[in-house]
Amino acid sequence: MELISSLLVQIMQMMLVLLAAPLLTGFVRKVKARLQRHQGPSVIQPYRDLLRLLKKEVVVAENASWIFRTAPYLVFAATWVAAALVPTFAKGLLFSWSADLITIMAMLGSARFFLALAGMDIGTAFGGIGSSREMMIASLAEPAMLLIVFTMALVAHSTQLSAVAELFSSPAVGLRVSLGLAMVGLIVVAIAENGRIPVDNPATHLELTMVHEAMVLEYSGRHLAMIELAASVKLLLYISLIGCIFVPWTLTEPGASATSYFTGFILYLAKLAAFGFLLGIFETSITKMRVFRLPDFVGAALMLGLLGTLLLFVSGSL
Amino acid sequence: MGHGLTFDVAHLLAGGLVLVSFLMLTQHRLYALLNAFALQAVLLSLSVTWQANVQNAPHLYVTALIALVFKAIIIPVGLHRIIQRLGIHREIETVIGSGTTMLAGMGLVALSMTVMLKVTPTADPLAREDLAFALSVVLLGLLMMVTRRNAVSQVVGFMSLENGLVLAGTGARGMPLVVEISVAFSILIAFFVIGVFLFRIRERFDTVDLQALDRFRGERR
Amino acid sequence: MSIVAFHMLCVAALLGVALLAVIMARSHMATAIVYGTGLMISVLASAAAIGTLTIHRTTPAVLTLPLGLPWIGAHFRIDALAAFFLAVVNIGGAAANLYALGYGTHEEQPHRILPFFPAFLAGMNLVVLADDAFSFLLNWELMSLASWALVMAHHRDPENRRAGYVYLVMASLGALSLLLAFGMLAGPNGGYSFEAIRSAVHPPLITAIALVLVLIGAGSKAGLVPLHAWLPLAHPAAPSHVSALMSGVMTKVAVYAFVRIIFDLAGAQPWWSGILLLAFGGASAVLGVLQALMQDDIKRLLAYSTIENIGIIFIGLGLALAFRADGMYAAAALAMAAALLHVFNHSFFKSLLFFGSGAVLAATGRRDMDRLGGLIHRMPATSFLFLVGCMAISALPPLNGFVSEWLTFQAILLSPELPQWALKIIVPAVGGLLALAAALAGAAFVKTFGITFLGRPRSNEAAGAHEVDRFSLSAMAVLAALCLVSGLLPGFVIDALAPITNGFVGAALPSQSTQPWLSIVPSAASGSSYNGLLVFLFIIMSALIAVWAIHRFASHALRRAPSWDCGFPDPSPMTQYSGSGFAQPIRRVFLARTLAVDESVSMPPPGDMQPARFALTVTDPIWDHLYQPLADGVGVAAQQLNRLQFLTIRRYLGLVFLALVTLLLVLAIWS
Repeated sequence: MELISSLLVQIMQMMLVLLAAPLLTGFVRKVKARLQRHQGPSVIQPYRDLLRLLKKEVVVAENASWIFRTAPYLVFAATWVAAALVPTFAKGLLFSWSADLITIMAMLGSARFFLALAGMDIGTAFGGIGSSREMMIASLAEPAMLLIVFTMALVAHSTQLSAVAELFSSPAVGLRVSLGLAMVGLIVVAIAENGRIPVDNPATHLELTMVHEAMVLEYSGRHLAMIELAASVKLLLYISLIGCIFVPWTLTEPGASATSYFTGFILYLAKLAAFGFLLGIFETSITKMRVFRLPDFVGAALMLGLLGTLLLFVSGSL
Repeated sequence: MGHGLTFDVAHLLAGGLVLVSFLMLTQHRLYALLNAFALQAVLLSLSVTWQANVQNAPHLYVTALIALVFKAIIIPVGLHRIIQRLGIHREIETVIGSGTTMLAGMGLVALSMTVMLKVTPTADPLAREDLAFALSVVLLGLLMMVTRRNAVSQVVGFMSLENGLVLAGTGARGMPLVVEISVAFSILIAFFVIGVFLFRIRERFDTVDLQALDRFRGERR
Repeated sequence: MSIVAFHMLCVAALLGVALLAVIMARSHMATAIVYGTGLMISVLASAAAIGTLTIHRTTPAVLTLPLGLPWIGAHFRIDALAAFFLAVVNIGGAAANLYALGYGTHEEQPHRILPFFPAFLAGMNLVVLADDAFSFLLNWELMSLASWALVMAHHRDPENRRAGYVYLVMASLGALSLLLAFGMLAGPNGGYSFEAIRSAVHPPLITAIALVLVLIGAGSKAGLVPLHAWLPLAHPAAPSHVSALMSGVMTKVAVYAFVRIIFDLAGAQPWWSGILLLAFGGASAVLGVLQALMQDDIKRLLAYSTIENIGIIFIGLGLALAFRADGMYAAAALAMAAALLHVFNHSFFKSLLFFGSGAVLAATGRRDMDRLGGLIHRMPATSFLFLVGCMAISALPPLNGFVSEWLTFQAILLSPELPQWALKIIVPAVGGLLALAAALAGAAFVKTFGITFLGRPRSNEAAGAHEVDRFSLSAMAVLAALCLVSGLLPGFVIDALAPITNGFVGAALPSQSTQPWLSIVPSAASGSSYNGLLVFLFIIMSALIAVWAIHRFASHALRRAPSWDCGFPDPSPMTQYSGSGFAQPIRRVFLARTLAVDESVSMPPPGDMQPARFALTVTDPIWDHLYQPLADGVGVAAQQLNRLQFLTIRRYLGLVFLALVTLLLVLAIWS
C-alpha cells in the first residue's frame, strides 16, 4: 500500500513538473509586464505557444546531422528526469536514492552538453557564439553549484536530496552562516543556469546579446517546443530546489493522508508563485550585464560556495 | 548541533559582515562602494545590538547607535556630497584583477579562521568564531586599502577595518571602554578624511587658504 | 601451471613476436601477423588477469627465474593490485592491437614500428609483474626505450625528433629517481627484493626522501605537473595506436609504480604526504585542462587532457594517504577505490578518443581542428563512437567517467573529519579545483567534437573524408561498449577492487553487488547512493515517452532548407567558429593575465590594403620558468666543465692526486 502511494506520488510529481512549468514561465512574464506598466501576454500563453509550435512544420538546415534532430529529445528527457527527482510538494520520493544532488546537476550538465553540440551542428557563427558563451558560463556555474552542494552535504552528512530536505526541515539545523552563503550562491547559479537577466535576456531579439537563444536559433516546430518546455522545466527545477532546501516546512511527509498531500500541493503552488514574483521583480530592477562582466557575477557564486565549504571544514558549527 | 538562536543569529550577522566586505572588494564604482559601506555599518550596529541584548551590557547599545548614526548615515552621505562637489574620479582602479582579489580575500579568510581557531582552543565557541570573522573583516579591509588606487576607497577600507575591530571588541565579553574607543576611532577617521580632502584641495588649487579659495567660487557674495 | 607462469609465457610470446617482426619486417603480411598474434596474446592475458582478480582471492603467486644478477635472480609476483593493473594493461593492449590491424596498413615504414610495439606491451606487463627492484627498473627502462623508439618512428619531422629528445631526457630523469628511491628503501643491507623492502623498517627521513623521489620518478612518467612537459610533445608524435597506449596505459603503469612503492613497500607515510599529492594533483587537473582548451591539434589536446585525469587520480591517492595516516580506514578505502576506478575508466575512454583521432588522421591526413569539420556526415560510425568517448571523459551520467568522479567527490565530503589544519584548508580548495577541472573538461570536449565533427568542412581534405576500416571501428566499438557497461554496472568493478583496498588500507567499501537494484554506496554511514542503470533507464523511458507524445500529437512535417543564420547565410565555411574562437571566452576569463597566452593584433595603417592579422601564441609557463632555466644552467655548467678538456698533463696529474688524497681523508675521518 505504501509502495503504491509512493509510486502514485512520484508519477504525480512527474506530471506536475511538466504541466506547471509553462504556467510558471507565463506567470513570471506577466509579473514583469505589469511592473513595466503594460498588460503583457496571458498567463497561459506559453501553453498556447507550445501547442502552436507542435503543429508547425519543422524546417531543418540541409547540413544538419542526427545530433540536431535528436538533441531536443535528449535535452528534454534529461531535464525532465532531473526535475522529477527534486521534491516539490512531498518528501520521500520513491526513486530519490538512485540519484543524489551531484547526479541531478550532472544530468543538467548532459542536457547542456547536447544543446551546445546542437548549436555547433549547422556551422553558423551564431550557433558558435551561443555554445562558446554557454560553456564559459557553465565552467563557472557548475563548480559553483558543486561547491554549494558540498556545503549542504557537509551540513546534512549526505548528498541525497531527500536526506537534505529531511534534515533542514527539522529544528536541528538553525540559521547557519554557511547555509546563508549557500543560499545566496544558489540564487546566483539559478539565475545563470536559467539564462535570466542579468546573465542572459530570454526575450531578446539581438543575436549578439544571446546565449541560450543563439544555440537554438535554427530550431523550429516540435523541436523548438521541446527545447522551450525543457527550459521552463529547468526553471521550475531550480525554484523547487531552492524551495525544498531553504523553505522545507511545506513538504508533506511520506505516507500521510490525501488531504495533507493536497495541502502540500497548494503550498507548493504558493511557493512557486512567491518565488516567481520575486524573480520578476529582480529581473525588472536590474539590467543585463556585458558578457565579460559575467565571470565576476558567477565567480562570486563560486567564491561563496568555496567560502561555505571552507567554513564547514574549519569549524563544524558554522 | 544543539546551540541555540543566540549562536546562530550572532554568527549570521558576523558572516554577513564578511560577505559585505567581499561585496565591497568587488565594487568598481564609488557610489556603490559607499552604499555597501553603509550596509556594513547597519549590519555592524545590528550585531552590536544583538551582543548588547545577549550579554546584558547596556553601554553596547550606545556603540550600536554611534555605528548606525555616524557610519551608516553621516559618513556615507557626507562622502557622497564631497565627491560630488570636488568632482573626484568615480571609477575605482585596482592593482590586481577582480578574480585574483577575490582569491586573495578567500585566502585571508582561511588564514584568519585557521589562526583564530587554533590559538584559542579552550575559549567559548561563540566568541572564537566571532573573533575569527572579525579578523577576516580587518584583513579584508586591509586588502582593500592595499589594492585600490583611489584615495576615497582607501579611506573606506580603513573604516571597514575599524568595523572589524569594533566587532571583535564587542564579541569578546566584558571589554571595557568600548564606547569610548569607538568614539575616539570615529574622530580619528573624521580627521583622516578631512586630511585627505585638504590635500586634494591643496593639490587642485595650490592653496588651502580660505580667502584665496573664495576667489575660485562662482559668484561673489 | 601457476598464474604467474601463464603471464610470463604471454610476455615471452610477445617478445617472440617482436623478434619475428624484426625478421619478417619487410614482408607485406607482417602487420597482420604481428598485430593479430599480439591481439590473441593480450586477450588471453587480460582474461587471466580478470579471472585472478575476481575468483582467486588467496595468497599471491610468486615465480623466481634464474635471470639477471646472480645473487638476486628475477622475482615475479601477482597479487590483487598487480592483477588489476595487468587487466588494464592487457585490455588496452588488446584494443590497440585490434585497432592497429586496420590502422597499421596506412603506415609507410612498418619496420620502424612493428618490432617495438610488442616489446612495449611486454615491458609494461613485466613492470607490473616484477617483484624485485632490479627487474622492475630493467623492465621500466625497456618500456621507456620501446616507447621512445615508437615516438621516433616518424623521425623525418623535426617536431617528432625534438619530442623524442625531451622524452628521453625526462625518462632518464625518472628512472634515476626511481633507482635512488629503491636504493634508499633497500637500505645499507641492500635487500632488493620487494619482500625484503616490505619487511624492513624505514626511518622517517628515508621514507620522506623516498616519497619525493618516487613522486619525481613515477610522477614524471604519469604526467604530473610540473614534470609533464614531455607528455604533450611525445604522445602526439607517436602513431595513434601507440599514443593510445602511452596515454591510456603507460601513465597507469606509472600510477601502479607509485601505489606499489608508496602504499605497499615504503610502509607508514608521514601525515603531510597527502598534502603533497593533493597540491600537485589539483594543479595538474586545472593546468592540464586549461592548456587542453587552448590547443588546436586534436592529439595534443588529448595529451593535455591525460594530464588533467592523472591529476584527478593523484587527488584520490592523496586523500587515501591522508585518511590512512589518520586512521580513517573506511574513508581511505573509498578514496583509493575512486582513484583506481578512474585508472580503469580513463584507460578506456582515452584510448577510444586517441583511436578516433587516429581515424580522423587516416581519413583526412590532418589533425588540426581548425581545418576539419562536418566529419559526422562523412564518418558517421567514427563520430558516434568518438561522441561516446567525449561524453565519458566529460563525466556525464550514465557513463563511467561520472562514477569515478562521483566517488572522488564523496571522498572529499568525508574529509572534514581529518584533524590536521593544513588538510582542512587544502582539501576544500582542491575540491573546488576538481569541480572547476570537471566543468572545463566538458567545455574542452564540446569544442573538440563540435569543431572537428560538426558544422561544415573547412578544407578539401575534410570534405573528402571517408569512413575507416572495420578493425579500427570494432576496436573503438569495444571500448565504447566497455565505457557504457562499466558506467551502468560499476558495482562489480568496485567489488573487484576490494582485495586491493583491504590489503593496503585495511578496509573496503561495502559490498556493491549485493546492494538493492545494483546501486553503488560509498560508505555505510552516509546516505548517498547512485544507480547508473536506473538513471539510464529513466532517461531512455522519458525520451521514448517524448517521442511517442510527439508522434501522436504533433505534426510530422519536416522540410530541408538552407540554414537560417538570422538571414545572413554565408557560403564560406570559414565564417563558422574556429577552435580558438570557441575557447576565447574561457581564455579571457582564466588566462588573460597569465604569461601563458599572448594575443597580438597587427592592424595595417589606414589606406593599406593588407588584411589585419590576429596571432595567438600559447606557451607553457612551466617550460619557460622551470625547464628552460634548468637547461640553460646545464648548458652553462657544461661550458665551464669543458675547460677540463684542455688542461696540461701536470694539471691532470694534479687532479688524480687530489682525488686520491680526498679518498684517504674520507677513509681517515669516517672509519
